[in-house]
Amino acid sequence: MSDATSPRVVIVGAGPAGIRAAATLVEAGLHPVVIDEGHRAGGQIYRRPPDGFVRPPEQLYESEAAKARTLHALVDQLVEAGRLTHCPGSSVVAAHEGRLHVLREGEVQVIGYDRLILATGASDRVAPVPGWQNAGVYTLGAAQIALKAQGVALGRHIVLIGSGPLLTLVGAQLLKAGADVAAVLDTSSWHRQMRGFSGLAARPIVALRGLVLRARLGGRYHAGVTLERIEADASGVIAMRWRDAGGRQRLTPCDMVGMGWHLRAETHLADVAGCAFDYDEQWRQWLPQTDTMGRAGNGVYLAGDGARLLGADGAEIAGRLAAVACLTDLGHAAPSVKADLRKLTRLERFALGLARAFPWPSDMVRTLPDDAIVCRCENITAGAVRESADFGGGEANRVKSVSRAGMGRCQGRYCQLAAVDLVAAQAGCATMDVGRFRGQAPVRPTPIGAFLRED
Amino acid sequence: MSTTGRIVRLTEFDRAAVQFFLDGEKCSALAGDTVLTAILASGHALRNSEFGPEPRAGFCLMGACQDCWLWQETGPRLRACSTPVTEGMRLRTTTPENWP
Repeated sequence: MSDATSPRVVIVGAGPAGIRAAATLVEAGLHPVVIDEGHRAGGQIYRRPPDGFVRPPEQLYESEAAKARTLHALVDQLVEAGRLTHCPGSSVVAAHEGRLHVLREGEVQVIGYDRLILATGASDRVAPVPGWQNAGVYTLGAAQIALKAQGVALGRHIVLIGSGPLLTLVGAQLLKAGADVAAVLDTSSWHRQMRGFSGLAARPIVALRGLVLRARLGGRYHAGVTLERIEADASGVIAMRWRDAGGRQRLTPCDMVGMGWHLRAETHLADVAGCAFDYDEQWRQWLPQTDTMGRAGNGVYLAGDGARLLGADGAEIAGRLAAVACLTDLGHAAPSVKADLRKLTRLERFALGLARAFPWPSDMVRTLPDDAIVCRCENITAGAVRESADFGGGEANRVKSVSRAGMGRCQGRYCQLAAVDLVAAQAGCATMDVGRFRGQAPVRPTPIGAFLRED
Repeated sequence: MSTTGRIVRLTEFDRAAVQFFLDGEKCSALAGDTVLTAILASGHALRNSEFGPEPRAGFCLMGACQDCWLWQETGPRLRACSTPVTEGMRLRTTTPENWP
């Protein structure tokens, strides 16, 4: 363990960003604490199956297997050598003035920090489609986690909808594993996808790999579709109703729909830790303000997809940069970051290409029928959100209070982007001017009893 | 291996069987299954929505959406996507009686 005089650095998240940040701090002689919700370190993209599963990394992570192996070995070795403290299965539910509230097995503990590195990652950016509240609708990320960490497909006949790299990747992975994928429906047109080309050329091998995966989907893949409705009966999904690029009505029977439009940064902890936010027009979401190294001020640093959506390779770099910033600010010697900064520029250009090629489906959201559910937690409709804008004006938190969108158990993670888009359309202002839902602690549902200690 | 529920097992078949109870009925799963996988291998839903007529079967599988909360017979709830199933676990899709 660290001695009393060495600074307490806590990292939240043990994905590629968190692991690289931890390793960089350890190399400089510090002993960080890594708190992670996962049972095993790796994060979502390099998530490891439970004990007793036998598929090797080559099968689980394909082209990224070597990176996964390296990161897993690195973190395991640091934990075994006692050079960091790893707290798996633990959720940080609040961060305030040097103190974290950490929920583990039904109890909340307080952990103090001098410096905090948040590597909280991202989740699917979802847009409501009429019928998406029904059983059998999942995120694309969920479909991938189910396959990777459980060896299962979430349905017998699968339709994937949305846009972004994960749409193609998950489709190809499910097919390869033997699942029945009936259709892969991309709301981005071929024309639109070409607009990201100059950015995508920044990583030609990655772009080429994407095209190869796309080819594996064959005639199942359709670009430029219009999504109309997820049809369901009393037990769940039965079909996807959509129109192809030529406007023809299509009905694809299925019992599972996977959806996602690229990623949404997970920023609730950054918010409660006091970070400032900017609206990012390219990503169509609010992202925490940092400098290039990930400094957010007040001893807080951000790394990975929770700050900038650059993917796993970018997260490894950002993890190192945040640790170097932290070391520098603490007056420790730190390695050079020149090469990392150069790589980061290239990854940023590629990510911007992705954002252009696979955009948020704003038109679809803005024209949702009034009876479509926007908030899955409490079944709040598009009509109710629009009405709240008429009543309370075009401001996100007033809409939240009046309509309750964003006040359910997910705390707005899956409705916020659509809700503010609907409000902007109703109030006739820019999405950015609607603002964002303020995050509130606890950022995960926490039983009251967890805060009650005997002492 | 064929299942009767919503999900299809594609691989990783060679694991020990685990017995658990859902609404009093004895069910079988495999060691390493999450509660969500275990239940949906033989069923089609985890619970009913409190705000609408439809059943729910989880959504994000990464602990973010909170769609997959279930009851334990002893009272406390658990998140099905991030809780491993264990031998003899007793789960409910509805609130236990006499629970405040």
